[in-house]
Amino acid sequence: MPATAGQPQMPAMLRFYFAHERAILGGLMVVLFLIAWEGLERGWWARLLHPLLGASAERWQLKPIFISSPTLVAQAAFRMFFVTGEIWRDLAWSGIGYVLGLALAIVVGIPLGLAAGWYRRFSYAVEPLLAALNATPQVAFLPLLVIWVGTGIGTRVLIIFLLAVLPLAINAHAAVRTTDPRLIRVAASFSASDWRLFRTIILPSAIPFLLAGLRLAVGRGMIGVVVGEIYGSAAGIGAMISQAGSRFQTDKVFVGVLTIVAIGVTLVEIVRRIERSVDVWRPPS
Amino acid sequence: MHPKLEAQDIGLEYFQPRTNTRLMALGGVNLKIMDGEFVSIVGPSGCGKTTFLSVVDGLIAATSGRILVDGKEVTKPGPDRAVVFQDASLLPWRTVLRNVLYGLECLGVKTREAKERAAHFIEMVGLSGFEHHYPYELSGGMQQRVNLARALVMDPKILLMDEPFASLDAQTREVMQEELLRIWVQANKTVLFVTHQIDEAIYLSDRIVVFSGRPGHVKEIIPVAIERPRRLAVKRETRFHQIEDRIWSLIEEDVRADRNQRAVDRSDPNS
Repeated sequence: MPATAGQPQMPAMLRFYFAHERAILGGLMVVLFLIAWEGLERGWWARLLHPLLGASAERWQLKPIFISSPTLVAQAAFRMFFVTGEIWRDLAWSGIGYVLGLALAIVVGIPLGLAAGWYRRFSYAVEPLLAALNATPQVAFLPLLVIWVGTGIGTRVLIIFLLAVLPLAINAHAAVRTTDPRLIRVAASFSASDWRLFRTIILPSAIPFLLAGLRLAVGRGMIGVVVGEIYGSAAGIGAMISQAGSRFQTDKVFVGVLTIVAIGVTLVEIVRRIERSVDVWRPPS
Repeated sequence: MHPKLEAQDIGLEYFQPRTNTRLMALGGVNLKIMDGEFVSIVGPSGCGKTTFLSVVDGLIAATSGRILVDGKEVTKPGPDRAVVFQDASLLPWRTVLRNVLYGLECLGVKTREAKERAAHFIEMVGLSGFEHHYPYELSGGMQQRVNLARALVMDPKILLMDEPFASLDAQTREVMQEELLRIWVQANKTVLFVTHQIDEAIYLSDRIVVFSGRPGHVKEIIPVAIERPRRLAVKRETRFHQIEDRIWSLIEEDVRADRNQRAVDRSDPNS
């Protein structure tokens, strides 16, 4: 008898399925969702349900102006990206604000958090303010920002900064605080200077926290982009979404939203990759 | 001639903010250790033996008394003393080689020379071939070898060892004890070794300092008159057991007293 007699041989299809189960189930769900959506706009479900429900089956068909459809959105996207190219200007406009806001949040948030973790007194001083800021929905500051710096790029950068700075600062603070005291003792025992202690113990053990904070900040910054532009901006993805929405150009709204989703997912994935590459010293889990 | 290491009347008082009380951790420790000696400290848990080691290293400042190395007072950590920590306390993001290099970096030793020295001690602790492994890839015993190499590479006069084998399983611990004696002879160091394992202390040491419970102080110093080199089989000889019995009876009183004291503490509503 062959050696594999004990286990029944699985058909190749099933084996392929089990090898890629996660991707297949996830993908299937997306496809089903798109079909359901497309069917709502084209009236597939209304026709299917007509024998059952009679005239009230009409409810299962929705106007394109109301929900658009995957194919309409794809057409609009193709037009906006490759025919008129109008979206590139919005992307560049939003991108500048996003990069500036996020960079400012990193440059301010991480040193602030590290310093608060390192110097107890500084932490006492800034903790109430940070806690208050953390408890507020930061978008509520938008009207004030507009009063202070107008509707130009400054407001957009600042709202992105406000949204992104907290996870960075809070994580940096927690990172320093949770540094393994045994490692600090090792450094002290070798008479390491404060700067060396920071460089060789605090910072390396903080990096996973900092990157986790960055992952949150990247996502929250995207919220800032859209909200900031909806509130008052001539161009940008958020402004485009808001204008298209007020003109009932549903397909354009979806193109904007999906573009933001795609960029957000990509950025988070990039941070995740960086996290994994700096974590070679951690046992694979 | 000065002793290699001398503790003069070391006292240490803690203030405990939670209970608003002062705690005497060490109550006048006097100790002299000669060059090349292997001395262990044993005592009931909480007697301050590890704390005393931290005072000797300079990580904790004593409230009173002085620590002398070669007759000169020391108050801060220095390259003349190196600690082998209780749990290996390796930097997890550094490979074995770079962990061993850590102390030398702090001292500012040039990379090339540092690497040669590190390689030498990595070989001495039997870890050649593992230079580029991360700590998580090593067993507990191997991590302790790195810990030991990290201290030895500093070429300290005095090696301070804080229950270095406490977290190892019994077999690994015995192997490590034997290895430690081999390395001690080879590297020719003065060792102050803290442990709660009496047999470990006897097997390794020239003299054993028995600490008494809170506030910690030296209760008695017991010489171990067993010739070297020692084989592990010596642990099963009568003379070994006699020393073991004697030390245990010294510690036992304190352990029992401590337990009774805790019972009193618990029944006292003010504490």
